[in-house]
Amino acid sequence: MCLGVPAKVIKTDEEWAWVDVNRVHLKINSSLVEGVRPGDYVIVHAGFAIQKLSPQEGESTLELFRQIVESEQK
Amino acid sequence: MRIETPPLVRAETKTKEVIKLAHGSGGKLTRELIENFIKPKFGNRILNRLEDAAVLFLSENLLAFSTDSYVVRPIFFPGGDIGKLAVCGTINDLAVVGALPLGISCSFILEEGFPLETLNKIIDSMQKVASQTGCQVVTGDTKVVEKGAADQIFINTAGIGVIRTKSHLSIEQIQLGDQIIVTGTLGDHAAAIFVARQNLPVTSSLASDCAPLHSLLGSLWNLSGKIRFMRDPTRGGVAATLNEIVKDKEFGIELSEDSLPVKPEVRGICDLMGFDPLNLASEGKAVIVVAPDATEIVLGILQQHPLGKEACVLGRVIEQPKGLVYLKTNLGTKRIIDLPVGDPLPRIC
Amino acid sequence: MNQQEEKTKALIYCVKCLGGRLKENINFMEVCGTHTVAIYRAGIKQILCKKTRLISGPGCPVCVTPNEFVDKAVWYALQPKTVVATFGDMFKVPGSESSLAEAQAKGGQIQLVYSPLEAVGLAEKHPDLKVVFLGIGFETTAPLVAYAVLSARKSNLHNFLILSGHKTVPEALEKIAANPLLNLHGLILPGHVSCIIGRRPYDFLAQQYHIPGVISGFEPEDILESLCMLFKQINEGRCEVESQYRRAVPEAGNQKALEIIQEVFTRRDLEWRGLGVIPGSGLALREKYSNWDAEVVFPARINKPRQHRGCICGAVISGLKEPEECSLFGQTCRPEHPVGPCMVSSEGACGTHYLYQARGGFYED
Repeated sequence: MCLGVPAKVIKTDEEWAWVDVNRVHLKINSSLVEGVRPGDYVIVHAGFAIQKLSPQEGESTLELFRQIVESEQK
Repeated sequence: MRIETPPLVRAETKTKEVIKLAHGSGGKLTRELIENFIKPKFGNRILNRLEDAAVLFLSENLLAFSTDSYVVRPIFFPGGDIGKLAVCGTINDLAVVGALPLGISCSFILEEGFPLETLNKIIDSMQKVASQTGCQVVTGDTKVVEKGAADQIFINTAGIGVIRTKSHLSIEQIQLGDQIIVTGTLGDHAAAIFVARQNLPVTSSLASDCAPLHSLLGSLWNLSGKIRFMRDPTRGGVAATLNEIVKDKEFGIELSEDSLPVKPEVRGICDLMGFDPLNLASEGKAVIVVAPDATEIVLGILQQHPLGKEACVLGRVIEQPKGLVYLKTNLGTKRIIDLPVGDPLPRIC
Repeated sequence: MNQQEEKTKALIYCVKCLGGRLKENINFMEVCGTHTVAIYRAGIKQILCKKTRLISGPGCPVCVTPNEFVDKAVWYALQPKTVVATFGDMFKVPGSESSLAEAQAKGGQIQLVYSPLEAVGLAEKHPDLKVVFLGIGFETTAPLVAYAVLSARKSNLHNFLILSGHKTVPEALEKIAANPLLNLHGLILPGHVSCIIGRRPYDFLAQQYHIPGVISGFEPEDILESLCMLFKQINEGRCEVESQYRRAVPEAGNQKALEIIQEVFTRRDLEWRGLGVIPGSGLALREKYSNWDAEVVFPARINKPRQHRGCICGAVISGLKEPEECSLFGQTCRPEHPVGPCMVSSEGACGTHYLYQARGGFYED
């Protein structure tokens, strides 16, 4: 029900932030997320940041699949 | 359950008997308008082919004749303006049927109060393209209507050209195994217009790709035995163009998701707004159907030209499914690419 | 093959293996309309074996909006000196008599916006016009609209009004979970609603209704991983609410956004197409913000809303019927001439199904 796009924060100014989505720079409102800083990644929905993205938890995902693939091959 | 494409139905209720914006978008409703209203009245052997230009026989030459009207908003946008679009658009409609443009007509409908300085800028822009291409505006007309009766400026251009290809480029020439080439990235024009029109707080290098294609496509005309068909993917984007090609035909088209040429900025706008680049108009690109053994040569010629540097293979003509266009996704699954319904609308879901 | 391609291949393999281990037919529901679109675009159903059925749920704000809301929107659009500002999703949705697109063709004033703040800007720029913003969407969108109301209050704007159709997801999920006819074995839970509300509000699904759930992201790989997690739970006899979308969904959600919803909105009972009235599932502007509430300041005068004969969008939205069971599907009701909201675009079950299934067995290799 909700289109949300990951974007990198380039600049902030009070309640506004400029984010980069594939080299498109968009001005969004960052009031709904605490402590948005340049370099952060946020989810953008309808002109607002709604959440910060935390660093990808890649390792736990890969571990899940290693287990599945190994058990299948037994 | 198979759904047979139902006969195009006339709107049943009173509330539907008006022109909607979607009738002008190049998708399903445009097709309905043409089939239900235009063809039944104007229909003839030439018109019914619904090609980008009408091919007429005159003495020993085949002539191409095309017309289009331009109502784009805003009238000035990154990469061009309504005037440049009007000249390029008609030159391109002639070029894709293999015709060297000889001259175009230009009709203005102007709203009372439209600034002369603005008109001047638009005319300058049109003349710039005319000079570059050698295709002059040779006749025209101007009408003015009362304030409010038109939105600033509408332009109609009609163009005439001589067919230079030895064989007739047409959908009937298309064969199984043919390759679908596109001369560059998809959707640049529509994405740029959308940002300009909506006044979004966006900065990017997005600009319309509006450009005359006669020189790019002209470099292929002597390969006409191997070039089956060309069309420029304007309203409705590549999705509309490819669906028009396969409609009621005994072949289909397969596209590959990893070979869609889309600029990152266009991808960015699509991600933000929920658009599909396949549905977005280009104004300086052509879709070319070529014989498979000519693919490398054609790509080589196109890529030498400034307007064709990013030319690539988009897909191929296949036996099944007949009459459909589908995309092979990066997961190895398939997705039907249908004729879009109307212009893309920004969505939140 | 690069790392991403390897991961995708592994995920597809896992979905097939884990799904293949199941002995019975399995029904999963993807709740969110954006997941319905993502599943369709990636062709996920072609990877699942025939034993696993994916049902589209009611998480499509367009689809669950009853005709009455659209009728009011159309009425506002046709009033003098009034502009309806709306997200594009609502533009073509048919009401009892008409859609906003049709109203525009008859002279109605409609402005499509990307952000609710554009609607506030419109009101600032045109003090002589009433701007009625259509508040649709769930907890993802409600805080943005709440912010817009506060912004209008700060600027002392009294020509900016909200027609609120906002709904909350957990209450609807409870209704779905409690319906024995659906026989659900798992839920793919909305990703961006969860950015706001967190993971905890869904725990009741596992604890009370014994239906496992996974909060999913929207990339094809996210959805594949979420399916793997659901299959794994079933195979291992577990029943929990897990999050695949951990990178975007903190356990407690977005407190700031939740507070602003609480400040501006109050809960009310609201009708969902297909699910009926769900107590406490709607958001209405609080009395202290009634100056910005279109239903208080400028109530629409509409006829009694009516349903189109033969339209079973309600049953489709609640997962009880497939689109093909509707007598209008693909005939009178098509994407270019939708009768009900489910057909309006590919976010609706019928719109997706029309593009996806309705091609003479094309997908059944």
